[in-house]
Amino acid sequence: MTKGAEQNAQAAALLDRSDERVKHAEGVGGSVRAFWDRVRSGDLGSVPVVVGLAIIWTVFQSLNPVFLAPNNLVNLLFDCSTVGVIALGIVCILVVGEIDLSVGSVSGFASALVGVLWVNQGWPVSIAILAALLFGALIGALYAVLFNRFGMPSFVATLAGLLSILGLQLYLLGSTGSINLPYEAPLVNFGQLLVMPDPVSYALAALPGFVMFVLGYRTAARRREAGLSPQPLTSLLLRSVAVTVVLEFIVYYLNLDRGIPWMFGLFVGLVAVMNYALTRTKWGRQMLAVGGNREAARRAGINVRFIYMTAFVLCSGFAAAGGILSAARLASASQQAGTGDVNLNAIAAAVIGGTSLFGGRGSAYSALLGIIVIQSIASGLTLLDLSSSLRYMITGAVLAIAVIVDSLARRSRASHGRA
Amino acid sequence: MDRTQELRDMGELVLGLRGISKHFGAVSALTDIDLDVHAGEVVALVGDNGAGKSTLVKILAGVHQPSSGSITFRGKPVTLADPSAALGLGIATVFQDLALCENLDVVANIFLGRELSPYRLDEVSMELKAWTLLNELSARIPSVREPVASLSGGQRQTVAIARSLLLEPKLILLDEPTAALGVAQTAEVLDLIERVRDRGLGVIMVSHNMEDVRAVADRIVVLRLGRNNGVFEPDASNQELVSAITGAANNSVSRRASRRQAQSGQAPAPEGRP
Repeated sequence: MTKGAEQNAQAAALLDRSDERVKHAEGVGGSVRAFWDRVRSGDLGSVPVVVGLAIIWTVFQSLNPVFLAPNNLVNLLFDCSTVGVIALGIVCILVVGEIDLSVGSVSGFASALVGVLWVNQGWPVSIAILAALLFGALIGALYAVLFNRFGMPSFVATLAGLLSILGLQLYLLGSTGSINLPYEAPLVNFGQLLVMPDPVSYALAALPGFVMFVLGYRTAARRREAGLSPQPLTSLLLRSVAVTVVLEFIVYYLNLDRGIPWMFGLFVGLVAVMNYALTRTKWGRQMLAVGGNREAARRAGINVRFIYMTAFVLCSGFAAAGGILSAARLASASQQAGTGDVNLNAIAAAVIGGTSLFGGRGSAYSALLGIIVIQSIASGLTLLDLSSSLRYMITGAVLAIAVIVDSLARRSRASHGRA
Repeated sequence: MDRTQELRDMGELVLGLRGISKHFGAVSALTDIDLDVHAGEVVALVGDNGAGKSTLVKILAGVHQPSSGSITFRGKPVTLADPSAALGLGIATVFQDLALCENLDVVANIFLGRELSPYRLDEVSMELKAWTLLNELSARIPSVREPVASLSGGQRQTVAIARSLLLEPKLILLDEPTAALGVAQTAEVLDLIERVRDRGLGVIMVSHNMEDVRAVADRIVVLRLGRNNGVFEPDASNQELVSAITGAANNSVSRRASRRQAQSGQAPAPEGRP
């Protein structure tokens, strides 16, 4: 940079603030206004899910005061973890703009495989789990080959998979139809009983806020050094403190009963890892690019086929993992595992959480938020002693509403120039 | 003219095409195309709709593969099997449709496929480099952290050009770089093309706009129906260029011109008509 340019840059203060036509949100009030503008233009993020959750919880709490009791919420977290892991896989596949309709079957088959290999064949449980995960990944790889090599729409390929893998599951379980897992086994304990000790849960709840602050502080320092506008320290501090307070309160409330399930801890850990992978790695950036504009990604030199391969493999792999967790949760591998509403719940969770069905938009956290909504509905309806017929209808309606919100928000973003 | 002659003599041969053909089924989009581009030279590629300009650009970008013919890049025969091969050699392309991901922000688009530190994206360095590139082009981008969908056509064009410069290429292909731009931005892009040339890069520019072509091109290569149809200096007359592009001296453009001339010649004596 020449000396004159340097002076110019200094006059304009910061490199990214030199254009006087752009309004920049300053301070806490500015952040709130910017957030409001974003929401109004259709960049909804996790707003619908938070609003939806508030409504659902208010309604069910007024209908049955047990709903928000710590005991029920701990059960809710156990249930969330199984389908939540499957929804995490769905996020991966939706981000690249494809779909996997066979996650339910894959999860059911994985639970059957663990049951057969571990209980019937006497394999070590870890090897059985590994085999099931590997099988899931293999299914995903097969879909990716069908998609990449033969141009088979993922919708059709996975619909075919749904049926064939369900058939495999029934074949594997044979005439008995279900296998009971031993109650005293660590895997079953993990799925039904194991909760974090109180100090561990408090420490883990403090972690996100702490990491957020440290990383934010370091980024702000680097940006200042580089001549870019840093995030104001006060808003960073406020957000970190807010996150910590909310999480600690949740942990305190749940610790009134049994506490945070380790299985839920595993789920949240996976969500955090996937969030990092999708937002902070080259691979994640390329996933979003392929979902946003496949041809542009290809011309930028991205190996599009490899990206699709990873997306399909991750989706089926997470589905298998979810199936193993649900086997642990139910202490059995049955013909019913993975059938019924598992498929739809997983997809609905991802969409309700804010991952677009149209590709290119989504985050790992949408699986976490979405599954809490879905399981809240299921739990609330169970507490009201409603039959599964009503449960299906209501869950279906919620999914429809979520997709409508997604489509409307997309249209609004287009008209506000926000893709 | 002396200057361009001199430059061409000095400049290393960056790109040489010999006998490039491309068939799409029964359609021959390109037949036996020869093209040379030297370092520090702007070659304008002109032709009517369907002349094969965009097909040629896509072959050079590695998007399409030629059915036959040879490509030499900096003295070595090469095959451009896919876009990353072309990028790796140092051929950067700005496509007519810009090929941007509208859901990603400006920084992500500029670094698409070339992200810094793959396992822990270095957003600060990338943003800094993005601003440096954009400022070099004296671009007016409000924020590099907004999705590209919120930018205007000209701003998107600038982002696409900035992206092509990221890898310090040896050859830049610009497919209709000024088609979507306003007056001032067109001038800026033309300035930019000259700046790129002065840095010793080869530039191929596809354009319909004869004014822009004349303004920056050192050589004008005309394609017609997928074949070479003449090479012109930028001071060639409009008549010559148009007849090369349309394929005949007697064409709709020249007919229109002569009709108008005839009309204005007749104008002073309207009473003479029956």
